[in-house]
Amino acid sequence: MIDQRIVEPKHLFFEAERKKRFITGSEAVKEAIKRANVDMAISYPITPQSESMHLVGDLFAEGYLKEYFRGENEFAVMSEITGAAMAGVRVFTATGGPGTLRAFEMFPTWVGARLPVVCAFLTRGVNSPLTIQPDTIEMSFMLDTGMLMLHAEDAQDLYDMLLKAFIIAEQPDVHIPVGVFADGFFVTHTRETIEVAPEDIKLPSYNPYSSPVPVMDMVNAPVRQMRDPFVMKSNFISYAAHASWQQEVLAAGERARKHIDHYLNGLVESENEEADILIVASGTAVSQSREAISIAREQGINIGLVKLKSIRPFPTEEIRALTKHAKAVIVPEFNRVGWLAREVKSAVNNSDKVIGGPRVFGGMTMPVELILDEIRRCL
Amino acid sequence: MNNGLIKISPCFEDVMPQEYKDLVEQGSFGKNFGVSDLGSFKELIEEHPLCAGCGLALSMRLILASLPNPENTIIVGSTGCSALAFSQVALHNIHSLFGNQNAVATGLKRALKLRFPNEIKDVVVVAGDGATADIGLDMVMQSWFRRENITTIMLDNEAYANTGGQESGMTMEKAVLNMAPKGKNFPKVNLADVARVAGCAYVATCNPAKPRMLEKIVRRAVFTAREIGPTYVQIYAPCPTNYKLKPDEMLNTIKTREKDGTYPTSEYISSSAKELLERLEGGTNNEK
Repeated sequence: MIDQRIVEPKHLFFEAERKKRFITGSEAVKEAIKRANVDMAISYPITPQSESMHLVGDLFAEGYLKEYFRGENEFAVMSEITGAAMAGVRVFTATGGPGTLRAFEMFPTWVGARLPVVCAFLTRGVNSPLTIQPDTIEMSFMLDTGMLMLHAEDAQDLYDMLLKAFIIAEQPDVHIPVGVFADGFFVTHTRETIEVAPEDIKLPSYNPYSSPVPVMDMVNAPVRQMRDPFVMKSNFISYAAHASWQQEVLAAGERARKHIDHYLNGLVESENEEADILIVASGTAVSQSREAISIAREQGINIGLVKLKSIRPFPTEEIRALTKHAKAVIVPEFNRVGWLAREVKSAVNNSDKVIGGPRVFGGMTMPVELILDEIRRCL
Repeated sequence: MNNGLIKISPCFEDVMPQEYKDLVEQGSFGKNFGVSDLGSFKELIEEHPLCAGCGLALSMRLILASLPNPENTIIVGSTGCSALAFSQVALHNIHSLFGNQNAVATGLKRALKLRFPNEIKDVVVVAGDGATADIGLDMVMQSWFRRENITTIMLDNEAYANTGGQESGMTMEKAVLNMAPKGKNFPKVNLADVARVAGCAYVATCNPAKPRMLEKIVRRAVFTAREIGPTYVQIYAPCPTNYKLKPDEMLNTIKTREKDGTYPTSEYISSSAKELLERLEGGTNNEK
């Protein structure tokens, strides 16, 4: 194994001197995992999710990970991740688009089993017709799995959110999986300058006995979870047991807010939020919105921006407060269904002022002119 | 195993159920009990909800009594009748989803090797025929291809019994069951042969009508998986409920099938497994 010094998370995140690197989003995943003290990573080469998981394989060869292998499909990989997490090690994997859907049954299962898995979702379109292009529609399907969902705008976010995701997921009062989403191709396949911590430091290792459920190692008590299994029982106690478990999982997601707030410096970021027209966005739609806002400003139009970093838990209170005085709220998205507009509509006081668009999908980039068109319609 | 794992905290002694106290006082952890000791110790399985005469129930009792290292064994199950009983088994056991048992076991075993490099942690998959030969076949075979150090035990009742008796790949040809209303139209899957070709170092078929043979087979499978590679054990465990047998006809059904050659017992031992087992068994007692 490569010798790295263990440091406090806050040192790695906020204090260590950072160096500039000109790298792709996939390489940013590698840089994050290099410092994350991951025990085991499992990969599947769904083409062309991104090169992130074979770069993580290179980390294994270099001695940064203890175990790594290629699984047989995404459902199996997520199942293998399940077994490893239940045995009490820190695990990482990544998927995207069709792979996300192939693996889908495992995501609520991770949540119900209280596994602090960190998974990168490098999003892309879902068939059919056949596509390999960027799209965030899979995030719509993921909204109600119970997983925490962070959405990176760029490679810097991806690097930071991945590292912080382990620490947020592993809090004993949270202990549910975190998905870190980044827009495939736009983030994964393009280079940008990002700042990373020194590579000779890493996060503290995961303590399996911080888990709120027993680790499956025949060391951690208790050995018998149920005297009387409620799975097939049709009685109130069985229903209540199941319901209270689900409520506790929901509560764990709510308890994550304070940790996300702390480590990500808020679930949202905003600028010029006093403006009459606000753009609320996540992912690379934020970057496109920044461009549109700067052009609008040159034309004397004042626009504010709210960037959502956490999608689950959803920053309902933050959005309600920030949009209180806005006359119009524009929600640009990289998918056809407009899941973010739906979410924002449910958060603002008057949903009539939410404009769900522009929407591009099928792999298209989002021309700044489309956002400017929406802005002009609001004037 | 952590020596305090099943110990009762003093303040709970008066409220713990009797069967748990029995487990602590007369359980099998670290005792090297076997099938022939049944009745003299507290078994790992508590009262279960399986049907009267269930082949699975008897097989599970025998499997659990046969484990060479129960104090450090983790069971991975799957959806099915056996999953209803495993939550009453005093071993760490996992039910994740239907069919993914060998993938879960793969991650579990590899992670336990990382955490406990100097200890034996046996990972044993126990799942039904639907989970093993149908919905989970992909992951079962891939775990064999990868030479994972896990034991796979199929409880073969030749049907999806938990969901009302539908035909499975392990059902005999021509059998009429739900979803095969005109009779099953292809032969029973020969998973034992598949296992051998796919890389299992030890493969056996057996049944609970021969408890001592079942015990020997389970122990050989676990020892071989520990040291050499994947192993597969297929246990014929008839379902009285869906095959309309009387509960007391279960064992005779097994014997009839063995006699007429439609469910023989068999054992394949790879050369490396043979070497290991001869060493462990001291070259004696090698008859089937």
